Amino acid sequence: MSIDKDKIKHTAKLARISLDENKIESLSKDLSNIFNFIEKLSKIKTDNVKPITSILDHSLRTRKDKVTDGGIRDKILENSPNKNEEFFIVPKVIE
Amino acid sequence: MSEITNKSLTEIVDLIKKKEIKSEEVTNAYIGNIKKGKKLNSFITESFDNALVKSKNFDAKPNYKTLLPGVPLAVKDLFCTNGVRTTAGSKMLENFVPTYESTITNNLWLEGAFLLGKLNCDEYAMGSSNETSFFGNVINPVKENTVPGGSSGGSASALAADLTPATIGTDTGGSIRQPASFTGTVGLKPTYGLCSRWGIVAFASSLDQAGPMTKTVSDCALMLEAMSGFDPKDSTSIDRKKENYLKKLTQNIKGLKIGIPKEYRVGGMPNEIEELWEKGKNILKEEGAEIIDISLPHTEYALPTYYIVAPAEASSNLARYDGVKYGFRSSKGSNLIEMYENTRSEGFGDEVKRRILIGTYVLSSGYYDAYYIKAQKVRQLIKSDFDNAFTKVDAILTPSTPSAAFKIGEKKDDPISMYLNDIFTVPANLAGIPAISVPVGHDKNNLPLGLQLIGRPLGEQTLLNLAFSMESKSNFKQVIKKWWEK
Repeated sequence: MSIDKDKIKHTAKLARISLDENKIESLSKDLSNIFNFIEKLSKIKTDNVKPITSILDHSLRTRKDKVTDGGIRDKILENSPNKNEEFFIVPKVIE
Repeated sequence: MSEITNKSLTEIVDLIKKKEIKSEEVTNAYIGNIKKGKKLNSFITESFDNALVKSKNFDAKPNYKTLLPGVPLAVKDLFCTNGVRTTAGSKMLENFVPTYESTITNNLWLEGAFLLGKLNCDEYAMGSSNETSFFGNVINPVKENTVPGGSSGGSASALAADLTPATIGTDTGGSIRQPASFTGTVGLKPTYGLCSRWGIVAFASSLDQAGPMTKTVSDCALMLEAMSGFDPKDSTSIDRKKENYLKKLTQNIKGLKIGIPKEYRVGGMPNEIEELWEKGKNILKEEGAEIIDISLPHTEYALPTYYIVAPAEASSNLARYDGVKYGFRSSKGSNLIEMYENTRSEGFGDEVKRRILIGTYVLSSGYYDAYYIKAQKVRQLIKSDFDNAFTKVDAILTPSTPSAAFKIGEKKDDPISMYLNDIFTVPANLAGIPAISVPVGHDKNNLPLGLQLIGRPLGEQTLLNLAFSMESKSNFKQVIKKWWEK
């Protein structure tokens, strides 16, 4: 299957990645090759197979709804590229 | 004691316990090697001051009751370390300093070890040659200009070059076992859920598993014992008692049944891999194991399945890198969306972007059933193949990789040929079962080659015993001339 330039642009938009115009061509070639390789799966009949949802024998564990930590605002803000004492700062969203 | 760094981890632990060597001496010996080993580019961040303080503290007040008393360890830079930057080999996290410690590294420190440094890896563990790291290629100490494998390439390189007595990696499709095979070392991917994923930079959450990388099988047993265990912070962690893998390690493998899957005899495989496989079979047979031909009929679909499931999960996991909460932020863009797009474009490397796009595509409306659901169905078939096989055999023997280590740059421009490196290792991740690579021989260019043993869920002890037996009978000798020290 070929992944043309328009599909690449659309997917990049969904993934929130801006692409240089000059890279789209080679990405289209790479992804087309990869999808040709993946295409092999269509050869197998899987009508009666259930998709796997977990490889574990047990189901996901839940815990008691209890506060176990908190009060770490400063730690959470520590690695932000732009912040003040209380908030993450982002470019203006509302005009 | 200048040769201390040639010794295995278990030997070093014994010497420390017998008070024949101090932790500080061991630490200084490794620091010396790391300083001489810059050409290998296996370290991203050094933690020498911390290591020396910790070693002095240990010597002043030693506690010999732990598994790793006073042992300095470098770890893959995918494990978050409190106060020490953790990059995942990416520009995106170039300046990220976690304020918490991963469960696995914390387990190691509770057993008496301490951090020596953070090891280079493919960006977000996406790669098979350590060529996708933002911090540059890692060199295989076995031969100049050769890749160490990936994604745990820095770990394998540092270990083989005596820059750390043992290390840990992560394995999503072969990232521990393939570099172990390329560097003549031992690497184990445990059963999914045996080692906590909490605090590890996520790649593909249903496949990721941390494991030990060591010089010997005994070291591997010791490290697995130290790092594994139940963790309430990981909802997929298996709640069970810790095993004493090292104590139970035995070369007695009499009566064990070993399966040889015919589907792993792939076209174009070099003769020497075939011969190596034969050698492994013969060793196990001579030691009293029974060799049985088996079939894993869906093997050829494992890699295509992996290249849907892994990128799909990666695209979701890596959505968190938005330039807001942590990590790199682009200065370009006039609004929030443009800031996101430029941040992710400038912060991620080509291979990571490629995989995010594949993942986003297979999860997008209209393609989800054809790709993602289809892959999860085939994954079920692959798992059933193993379930069936393990009703007849105790473990499965295969080559670890289809070839020995290749030259830097050789496969860089062809994603498919790079992906084919993981053809023998990916099935164990898809099925969530344990697998170990153990060095058994060399190719005609004197590059090491490994064999892989795949086991039942939680069958790590059986795998370690088989690997132990193979290690003792294979006469594998690591030949590394320290060319980088000149």
